Amino acid sequence: MKTFKGRVIVPGNIKAEALVTKSGFNTLASFQKSLMFGDKEAKCSDQNNPELFGKPMQGKVLCLPQTIGSTTGGMVLYAATKMERQAACFLFSQKIDSLAAAGTILSAVWTNTPVPTIDCLGLEFLDYVKSGMLVTVEEDGTVTVDQ
Amino acid sequence: MILNQEQQELLDGKKGAAMAKVVKTLKMYGDCFDAEKMVPVTGDHGHLVTSFGLSVLKPVYEIMDELIAEGVLAKQSFSVDPRPTEKNVPANFLQNVFFKVMYSKQNMYEQQLSKLGLMDESAFTCTCYETEVGNQPRFGDVLSWAESSAVVYANSVLGARCNRNSGIIELFGSIAGFVPYFGLLTDEGRKADWIIEVDTTSKPEAQVLGSAIGMKVLEDVPYIKGLDKWLGTELNDAVCDYLKDMGAATASNGAVGLYHVENLTPEAKAQREELVKEGAAVYRIDDAKLARIQANYPVIWKDPAAEPKMCFIGCPHLSSLQLKEWTNSICDMLKQHGQKKVAIPTVFTASPKVAEKFRKTSEYQSLANAGIVLSSICPLMYMNNPLCGKMPVITNSNKLRTYTTARYYRDEEILEKLTKGGV
Repeated sequence: MKTFKGRVIVPGNIKAEALVTKSGFNTLASFQKSLMFGDKEAKCSDQNNPELFGKPMQGKVLCLPQTIGSTTGGMVLYAATKMERQAACFLFSQKIDSLAAAGTILSAVWTNTPVPTIDCLGLEFLDYVKSGMLVTVEEDGTVTVDQ
Repeated sequence: MILNQEQQELLDGKKGAAMAKVVKTLKMYGDCFDAEKMVPVTGDHGHLVTSFGLSVLKPVYEIMDELIAEGVLAKQSFSVDPRPTEKNVPANFLQNVFFKVMYSKQNMYEQQLSKLGLMDESAFTCTCYETEVGNQPRFGDVLSWAESSAVVYANSVLGARCNRNSGIIELFGSIAGFVPYFGLLTDEGRKADWIIEVDTTSKPEAQVLGSAIGMKVLEDVPYIKGLDKWLGTELNDAVCDYLKDMGAATASNGAVGLYHVENLTPEAKAQREELVKEGAAVYRIDDAKLARIQANYPVIWKDPAAEPKMCFIGCPHLSSLQLKEWTNSICDMLKQHGQKKVAIPTVFTASPKVAEKFRKTSEYQSLANAGIVLSSICPLMYMNNPLCGKMPVITNSNKLRTYTTARYYRDEEILEKLTKGGV
């Protein structure tokens, strides 16, 4: 078990399974198919991301460095939240990027289901956490990863 | 962040709940990046990235409805990315059925855009900064735009100031009339983290050079040296076209919002190496590196040896000069090969106003005679139709390659294929 501390973007308490990508998370490419074809598990449709491709994202603690890709990204994250396809939580190892920030903030302000979001967790966090590990997130930005 | 009295009153609900949520969103967005204040949007027009009435984007339409119902409209008119479909672009019966289902909210969404502040019916393009379109910012203008290729062009080539905003956020800035002051809006945020040394034996292909830079620097700011050797030191139309295509690749293959080209782009000319941060990393790009990068692009066609069924040129949209040059090049090559029409169904895309102007030229007849369709759609949205995505499509756009199954070829390779045929 290891504990990390980050900066709170959207506060919340969550305990769920981790889904990890060490490369940039392409929001549009990842959510495109699930939003278009009603896949409630929100399986990742980004063919360029072998760590996530085909894996369900809904309800997972998504651990990532930053998001990349189209400037529709924030809108897509918001739409995914409103359509209940969203990850349980976003944990960024780096400082959050402008597109992801927009998405998590739009979800917090314009929906009733804000998605807890923490950034600046550090490279060590992303090195340590593996898909399938149990992650506990607290309101003050404390993240505990159980092996 | 410290809000002024007017901004605080908006946040407190003086102009209604929807406006309060708009300002709350912008404030939280700025807080993420330690913005200390809001600054006025000084550009004449906004630019929105969301142009498509995808049937599943109900949550977005709900926000629009809420804003319209409370009279919370944009203070400045805006252009928007290209429409997803047009009748003249080749598609079979099933593909057309799918388009109708996918984009079933297009008319409704365009009505929403009109109510919110759309410039006009023809303001659908990713190259809103072309002079024909009428949304070209001035040097130093603060913008509230999205669309990565437009943002990087406005920042780098025109010297305007805009962050890489997301869809919806950009509309909120146009509504509020102010945006949080951080990142590429600040002098410090516009300084380069990287020096890129271009050391090639000929002018590098814009789309591959941009890809190489984007993949290396991601969202950082690069200061590009050695490119003036190939482009010169004046921003003429041809150079602006090159920078448009290179910038789109930096933004889609990475997340670049601003680049400087030594002796060429306005801030690099004025400030020279003062724009480079102390300790900036150096990345050298030569012919071998560019060849390696292109060779490593994944080919995700079901049959990599398939004959191409369509070709898209113009992502981002072509300029007037590019339309003319591509038409002349294709016609010359067809003549050389003893052909009259292109071997692969081909679509050129340009903004409605650029296309309208081109249709009045003699070159347009040559284009039509060669069997090429001139359209103003977004090729990316065409390829998002799963039935189109399954087709072997080729393109000279690195952005289209990145987001779809389209296969990238350099300009001269595309010319060969169109005029001779075969992969």
